[in-house]
Amino acid sequence: MTPLAEELLVTFVKIVIVVGALLGGFSVMTWVERRSLAFMQYRLGPNRTGPFGILQPIADGIKLFFKEEVMPVAANKWTFLAAPVVAVATALLATAVIPYGPPFEAFGRTLQIQIADIEVGLLFIFAVTALGVYGVVLAGWAANNKYSLLGGLRSSAQMFSYELALGFSWVTLILAARSFRINDIVDTQAGGFWHWNVVVHFPAFIVYFLAATAEVARIPFDLPEGESEIVAGFHTEYASMRFALIQMAEYINMITVTVLLANLFFGGWHSGVPGMPESLGGFPLGFVWWGLKVAFFLFVFIWLRGTLPRFRYDQLMQFGWKVLIPVAAVWVMTFAVLWVVVGGGPR
Amino acid sequence: MASVTNTNTAPPVSPEVLAKPAARALREALGDRVLSIEDFRGDLTITVERRAWVEAARQLRDHADCDFKLFLDLCGVDYLDREDRPERFEVVLHLYSVSRKHHVRLKTPVPESDPRVDTITGVFRGANWFEREAWDLYGIVFKGHPNLIRLLTHESFVGHALRKDYPTAKRHVLKSSKEVLVDIPPGSENLLVNIGPSHPSMHGTFRVQALMDGETVRDAEAEIGYMHRNFEKMAEERTYWQIIPYTDRLNYCSSFMNGHGWALAVEKLLGVPAPPRAEAVRVILSEFSRIMDHIICVSTNVVDLGAITPYFVMFRAREDIYTLLEACSGARLTVSYVRIGGLAQDVPDNFEALCRAALASVQEVVEAGDKLLTRNIIFMKRFKDIGVMDRDEALSWGWAGPCLRGSGVDYDVRKDHPYSGYEQYDFDVPVGTVGDCFDRYLVRMEEMRQSVRIVEQALAQLPGGPVITDDKRVAIPPKSEVYSNIEALMNHFKLIYEGILPPPGETYGYTEGANGELGFYIVSDGQKHPWRVKVRPPCYNIYQAFPHMIRGGMLADAIAIIGGLNVIAGELDR
Repeated sequence: MTPLAEELLVTFVKIVIVVGALLGGFSVMTWVERRSLAFMQYRLGPNRTGPFGILQPIADGIKLFFKEEVMPVAANKWTFLAAPVVAVATALLATAVIPYGPPFEAFGRTLQIQIADIEVGLLFIFAVTALGVYGVVLAGWAANNKYSLLGGLRSSAQMFSYELALGFSWVTLILAARSFRINDIVDTQAGGFWHWNVVVHFPAFIVYFLAATAEVARIPFDLPEGESEIVAGFHTEYASMRFALIQMAEYINMITVTVLLANLFFGGWHSGVPGMPESLGGFPLGFVWWGLKVAFFLFVFIWLRGTLPRFRYDQLMQFGWKVLIPVAAVWVMTFAVLWVVVGGGPR
Repeated sequence: MASVTNTNTAPPVSPEVLAKPAARALREALGDRVLSIEDFRGDLTITVERRAWVEAARQLRDHADCDFKLFLDLCGVDYLDREDRPERFEVVLHLYSVSRKHHVRLKTPVPESDPRVDTITGVFRGANWFEREAWDLYGIVFKGHPNLIRLLTHESFVGHALRKDYPTAKRHVLKSSKEVLVDIPPGSENLLVNIGPSHPSMHGTFRVQALMDGETVRDAEAEIGYMHRNFEKMAEERTYWQIIPYTDRLNYCSSFMNGHGWALAVEKLLGVPAPPRAEAVRVILSEFSRIMDHIICVSTNVVDLGAITPYFVMFRAREDIYTLLEACSGARLTVSYVRIGGLAQDVPDNFEALCRAALASVQEVVEAGDKLLTRNIIFMKRFKDIGVMDRDEALSWGWAGPCLRGSGVDYDVRKDHPYSGYEQYDFDVPVGTVGDCFDRYLVRMEEMRQSVRIVEQALAQLPGGPVITDDKRVAIPPKSEVYSNIEALMNHFKLIYEGILPPPGETYGYTEGANGELGFYIVSDGQKHPWRVKVRPPCYNIYQAFPHMIRGGMLADAIAIIGGLNVIAGELDR
């Protein structure tokens, strides 16, 4: 086997694993979300299909698959059909440069579950998630429904505003790591948990967390689909598998921002405890730490949904432009100056 | 009954009636244009000439001795073929003076040949929909009304449904809906959005049409009547107790209170009080119903804000209350538990235990809801200074109940005109200061706690004895006597066959419903069916102001406001 063919094979296997895991993660997340929300609300949630209702996502999938595809007569057909595909495609594309767990030795090579370890990983994510808004805007516009249009408008305004804050929150990490590679940023956090970026770059973490919640349109920032105001926002007219695709895109985006949160701010696969062994019986323990962190923050998103009401549109925009972006910008300046003056910065 | 009717000169009126300042003031101001002043069962009724109608309403509102600032109700009555009435129609206005704690009824006869009267929308803003309703159902034209179109029935409905000569079996097939409700300025690029009749946060079937500039509501108009079934027409063909199940369908979130209000109104007309035990049980179940209503209002309101957990947390208490109601009446939602003169049957043996259980769960959920919401920063941002209704506006619209108290008016029927023994219980009436959504929320939360206090006191001193009056003209004798005793059998037969026969006259019975003053204006001609029943549904006045409140605000504010007004379609559309 030539090195090229080998490389291609490895990448192909990685793609299958990552996409498969994400789709599996999406299904499990729907179940976890429904069950945990139910327990927060004195309900039981889905518990009929399989043990603890774990097969519910499969039942949902079958149901959605066999539901009638409805399209409004006045809809713009091709745009209407394309919008969910755009949403899912961009959501999946962004996941390509993210490392899922630590590098490990297998088959005589050093492997990592990461489809492409590119030098400008963060920039790539930034670029692709910016494209994700097209799925929402097109969906909102193509359906020819006023509520969809309002949802699309809200969504585009919200994503543009909060993407700025999101980008700002990464700047100091990039400065400190002197790299756009996510692996490099993770490696700067090795050792004790006081090296984690959440400690070092605490303001950036706050900005990132809020902006990410807004970016994936979760409560309290779920205005694009605020069902009590604009019915279901941009996906009001979607049914069947197209609806499932939009849901899938949303959950994948949520997993993406959570994985990034764990990687960029919480030390990724580093345990945060000095002297902790790297592996146990050949199994890299990094997967455990990383998995726990990701699971915890996914739960935090559900927890927020179970607790908070939704912002109003103008409050959301004001919060983004008048609070988050200034905080992020001031933090970038402060950190840059301190870094040069106090030490550690470029000579 | 102190009544003198003389249409030629200023009527001679008995001194005790004239001693009432409103009567004196109006007679001084209008002279012989006042046709009669009557006092029946404590209701002051002033009849004026048609040309003095607006002047009389304004005098009642502005005269220092009157101060009837709170608009309650306006309706038409059809006296077809009645020799004792000068004209076929009558327009009836009910007002209340918060400062003097007094109700008044102002009437004017309107001839069939020229069924026109001047509008009083310039005096009371709340008269708008009431006049439209009177036009819709009676065909009485209100000259100068800004928008005199049908309200409860469909726009292409033919005839006036509440007229006595309207054929009740007549059917209309009406399919089309009115496309545009608001005035769209020419060249407008704003988006016209229909919010409802089926929309996630229009709880029930309300339709609001909004002209949107982005997220801002430029103009809005409401359309109601989707659930109109003409309760009042049905009531004219039922006996007094047959109407009780219909009242359950008015505000179905607190159905017991409607029956309570109806029974009290009829008892006022009859002059037959219910025994103390029945009154105490009525108070307990009414207060529980009020709690349920407030729970529904508060928790669905926050669902509309995107917070779903408080809804599930708070709704649990309703289950215990429904269990209590079911144990008493056999039904959960539409209880039909009251009877004229008392209750259908005595409460079960475990009544107190069920009440205690329900009380405990109410206290738990109110505190849990309070923790989840009251100091939540996002919640406060969504509610504070949103939907502000100032005191005078609220009175002019005819608001009542928690919404009126949220605007700072200290008026609670339970406190100011105690009925069913409310004077025995110690409770506070919470009043807001700003009149925004947050004040209305706080008032409701506090009222739930006060209701708990009332129930606890009523339980502690629950009297024994019968639960229905022993007046043979009103209450059916017990079955054991009917089967064993010929007098009781005859009495039972007479009551079932002839019904309750109240004296001729008209009364306005009012109670504090969950949304405010729930009034029943009953006109009796001495027969077994009421001649006319008019409900004053509290949320009708409140919802009327809604399109005006949301103009200029954000769409999301409109959603936050409507939930806090607690508009119930069954009561709104009747």
